Amino acid sequence: MSALLDIKDVVVRFAVRGGVFSSAGSIDAVSGVSLSIEEGKTYGIVGESGSGKTTLARAVAGLHHASEGSILYRGQELRDLPEAQFRKLRREIVMMFQDPIGSLSPRLSVKSLITEPFRIQGMKGRDLDAEARRLLAMVGLPPEFATRYPYQISGGQARRVGVARALALDPKLLIADEPTAGLDVSIQGEMLNLLARLQDELGLAIMIITHNLNVVRHITDRVGIMYLGKLVEEGETDTVFSAPRHPYTLALLAANPEPDPDAQLMRIELQGEPPSILNRPKGCEFHTRCPFAQARCSTEVPLWQIAGRAAHRCHFPASWEQDKACPA
Amino acid sequence: MSDTSLPKPRSEMGETMHHLLRDPLGLVGLVIVTLIVGSALLAPWIAPYDPIAMNIPDRLQGPSAAHLLGTDQIGRDTFSRVIWGGRVALQVALPTIGGAVAIGLILGMAAGYGPKWLDTLIVLFFDTLRSFPTVMFALAVVALVGPSLNTVILVIMATSIPTYGRVVRTLTQSLKEAEFITAERALGASTLRIMGVHLLPNVLGPLAVLAAMDIPTVVGLEAGLSFLGMGVRPPTPSWGSLLNDGYSLIRNTPWLIIAGGIPLILTTIGFTFLGEALRDVVDPKLRGKGGK
Amino acid sequence: MTVLDIQGLSVSYGTPRGELRALRDVSLSVPERKIVGIVGESGCGKSTLISAIIRLMAPNARVRSGTVRFNGQDLLALPEARMRGLRGTEISMVFQDPMQTHNPVLTVGRQMIDIQYRDKRSKADKLKRAAEMLALVGIPDARARLNQYPFEFSGGMRQRIAIAMALMARPSLLIADEPTTALDATLEVQIIKRLRELQDEIGCSILFISHHLGVIAELCDEVVVMYAGEVVEAGSVRDVFHHPAHPYTRALLECDPGHIKEKTRNLPTIPGNIPDLVSLPGGCIFADRCPQRHDACTEHPVMSEASAGHRAACHLIKAGAPA
Repeated sequence: MSALLDIKDVVVRFAVRGGVFSSAGSIDAVSGVSLSIEEGKTYGIVGESGSGKTTLARAVAGLHHASEGSILYRGQELRDLPEAQFRKLRREIVMMFQDPIGSLSPRLSVKSLITEPFRIQGMKGRDLDAEARRLLAMVGLPPEFATRYPYQISGGQARRVGVARALALDPKLLIADEPTAGLDVSIQGEMLNLLARLQDELGLAIMIITHNLNVVRHITDRVGIMYLGKLVEEGETDTVFSAPRHPYTLALLAANPEPDPDAQLMRIELQGEPPSILNRPKGCEFHTRCPFAQARCSTEVPLWQIAGRAAHRCHFPASWEQDKACPA
Repeated sequence: MSDTSLPKPRSEMGETMHHLLRDPLGLVGLVIVTLIVGSALLAPWIAPYDPIAMNIPDRLQGPSAAHLLGTDQIGRDTFSRVIWGGRVALQVALPTIGGAVAIGLILGMAAGYGPKWLDTLIVLFFDTLRSFPTVMFALAVVALVGPSLNTVILVIMATSIPTYGRVVRTLTQSLKEAEFITAERALGASTLRIMGVHLLPNVLGPLAVLAAMDIPTVVGLEAGLSFLGMGVRPPTPSWGSLLNDGYSLIRNTPWLIIAGGIPLILTTIGFTFLGEALRDVVDPKLRGKGGK
Repeated sequence: MTVLDIQGLSVSYGTPRGELRALRDVSLSVPERKIVGIVGESGCGKSTLISAIIRLMAPNARVRSGTVRFNGQDLLALPEARMRGLRGTEISMVFQDPMQTHNPVLTVGRQMIDIQYRDKRSKADKLKRAAEMLALVGIPDARARLNQYPFEFSGGMRQRIAIAMALMARPSLLIADEPTTALDATLEVQIIKRLRELQDEIGCSILFISHHLGVIAELCDEVVVMYAGEVVEAGSVRDVFHHPAHPYTRALLECDPGHIKEKTRNLPTIPGNIPDLVSLPGGCIFADRCPQRHDACTEHPVMSEASAGHRAACHLIKAGAPA
């Protein structure tokens, strides 16, 4: 039960160049996030555009520099690790990118693409033809695909190529950024089933980044809800879904209309638009859109409160029947 | 099943030719370019006369069976001089452009992918080189060291480096942010590998187009300098010196000017068509639309 | 009264491989003051259908047969000048990408005045109408924001502005092509709700294209399901979503993860791919992916009535085997 990845108070800060109307400064795209992922488990990070979820993922993958906090992988600090040393870890920590076709080098054949990890990691003496066949079979693509180029394959097929490259070297942690983005509903399931199957076979841990709560519900063990660079709710997936506490989680859950015209929706109406990360609201960052916000929310930053197998940061969380206490 | 080897992808070159031949303009360009390059290479065998052999009795003749494009003021065969002139033109154009592309590629990629200070330094170098107007610069150098083929090559090369370098730099900068480059970084690819395996092939296509379309410019520049007497020294045949001779003898015969002008025009048309066709072919996405 | 009535529309594209039959015998109608949704996955022909309605088709596209009637007049036979007059006034459009529909160098107010060029009213009047429309789509402090440029608005705001502009001329038909796909879910519900209110107020009809079944269920009165260039099912949202008559519709509904109540690590999918529209298979277009395929499927099914006003192109309906 030791954590494979342990993230503590991570901050990813970007310098903002001063324009004509604004002065130079910095923004915290990720502003103090802590979470841990256990070996062989799946962790879902859910958030909308601008929530910092992709930035967090890239910081773990060593593609962005974390300014504060610590990122421990099997007890080894990844933050400030020189690229030369990080390179060895890239065999174990791999990433799948959002754009299925755009993340494949356009002038390489599928065979070159999926066997590249072996070349990069200097694993000579491997039969690359055999490896290519093995990987294509693993992700369910016919061997003929080896000769195709990225512009000749569909988005769903490109996704599979992305999975094959990521899993070529038998990694321990897969970071999947929006693995179903741009896929039709009928294919989305195939992708998620493939990830689930490979996880069972290879025993890898998956950190999945998505805006789609429904995706997360089926395949993750734990989930973290991000808003404006911070986690607002975090915990076991079943708990978060059956008894969401934070109003933002409630709104996200409600915002996914069911394909049923008579569904009785418990709709949480949010007001306005998400604020810019450049002027992060004081107090609770969600109070500008929160339907339950009160005076205290705009001044006092809510602290983590544990409720069952999950935790949230809200002054006025939703209460559920299973709570012994009476609703406030 | 496991013993069958995977089919080989069609080579990049074969793919390019396959698509080039389907485009009528590209085909015309390819034919003209092959003609020019072929005749330049085979000049010693196809040229009917020695291009510098004088034959005073036959001077200033019009076209005839013996002299297809007539002769000049000292009786040299114009057709032979045109063919040998092509050789000179390509002797100037190919090393010039080749050198400029190679140096521009290295500097441009370093500027586009490297750290900010390197970028600033290289761009400053480009700007400095570019601030010299080619012809004036060439005249100044020639005035200093005297006219020669090598001087022409060096001067044109130096002034073309920024053109290629800047294009490469811009392309590299936009590709650097592309997701596939980030994906390569995430796999642990070294900077050298990213530049050589992933950036280079994507930069090379547009660069080849630019280079092909630049060949007529360089040929014209060489002709221009030779016309001014600053390039190739007589009696070496060059299209520019043909024009120069033709210009002074225009009242005696129009054939010299025509003979010097037509290959210049053909070169321009041939390489431009080829370049245009290449532009469509090198973009794999446009190629895909052709439907296979 | 029917605002838009499409009958037997077939559209093909000329490609180097041969004729690509993107739409085949498509019929659908949008009644007055109703919202009709079109659902389908990539390659179902949604975009071709829209471009045929507003007659902005790709140069290699050709209408093989059919009529597109808008308030009684055949749009396909209309002179180009008349068609241009209809676009933006009686038929308006909202597109998927709110970033690309606005001119970046003009203020929003300027653009909203410009689209009223047919009106003879004063500039002040036009500005007032623009502000009213912005307020209507839910942009606070509308008057002041008219002086801002598109980049000063967020994606959700820009899509609201696009809707305001599309509805400015009080069109009788609004075509909305995946208008919420680029937006986050919490904004999506806000816009859907607003669209519904506006439609009620202005009294227009909406043709709403989306791949998101939940949004269609929430917003639309009627739904048309398209697959590989054909209409496979059409009817009221309730009929189609509660009693889907076509196996494709059923499979699509089952695949929607919002539909799956039990947590599972094995999500349903539709195996196989869309057929090649250049060399079409004979018979039912969905046959090779259909779990209920049988002998009759080698013959192309016609639309038949599953219940009143609910039709689907499946042999099983006639065979009397309800879902």
